[in-house]
Amino acid sequence: MNNPIENLNKTFDSRIRLGIMSALIVNEEVNFNTLKELINVTDGNLASHLKALEEMQYIKVKKGFIGRKTNTNYTITKAGEKAFKIHIDALGKMIKDMQ
Amino acid sequence: MNEQETSLRELRHIKKMMEQSSRFISLSGLSGIVAGLCALAGAWFATRSISAYAHGGQLNYDTLISQLVFIAACVLACAFVFAFIFTYLRAKKTGVSIWGNTTYRMLFNLAVPLVAGGFFVLRILQMDHVFLIAPTCLLFYGLALVNVSKYTLGEIKYLGYCEIILGVINLWVPGYGLAFWAAGFGILHIIYGIIMWWKYERV
Repeated sequence: MNNPIENLNKTFDSRIRLGIMSALIVNEEVNFNTLKELINVTDGNLASHLKALEEMQYIKVKKGFIGRKTNTNYTITKAGEKAFKIHIDALGKMIKDMQ
Repeated sequence: MNEQETSLRELRHIKKMMEQSSRFISLSGLSGIVAGLCALAGAWFATRSISAYAHGGQLNYDTLISQLVFIAACVLACAFVFAFIFTYLRAKKTGVSIWGNTTYRMLFNLAVPLVAGGFFVLRILQMDHVFLIAPTCLLFYGLALVNVSKYTLGEIKYLGYCEIILGVINLWVPGYGLAFWAAGFGILHIIYGIIMWWKYERV
């Protein structure tokens, strides 16, 4: 049997990234400010984690405007959905296997 | 052992983030209790009007109907205002913002069946099938609650199922509309409110 730890995704090591992925997987799209409020982090910190997930092509960015204010929305990609599900399954297996 | 604990913590965190981002969780049990009390008060006023009409007093049929509609509107307004106040206070206490996507989504999904039901009741009133009003209110309200349960604390769907069952029974027991209405909107709300308050808000 393969070791579930191998299925844990290094990209999801941080709590902030877990938060982002969790919110995006259950919502069609989430904007920057909602994520910020949900995860409770600074703009810069959140932005750098979003950038990293975007570079992995786990999430997609849609920039837009509401009036004159910028409104940035994020959606999860198919690849992101798959990677996150594997990660969650691996976490679940680790709990089961060790009992 | 340590890794197991970490995994469990991570999964809990994921679950919490999923719920907080998709569900409106500040709905207070106290608003259920107060809504129930408003409904019971309304039912009492309605009984008074109806017996005044039945005993052949000054009340004619049209005034009775408009009085009942007025009472129903007051109950709805009171229940809504109190629901808003208690929910606002709870959101403030738990530090969640009350106006977000989750709120909008919850209200929208609640409103769709209610507005449809509203038109239905209006037409029933126009056609004078008064005995259908209470079961229709219960049925559409129950459907609205079941519909909204995906967007707020899930237990509300059991309240919805109970309202639907009451509504269906009432269809075959005409003449007891007000009693069913009081049970569905009064007593069930109070029971639900107490359970939710006990489960989530008791300190």
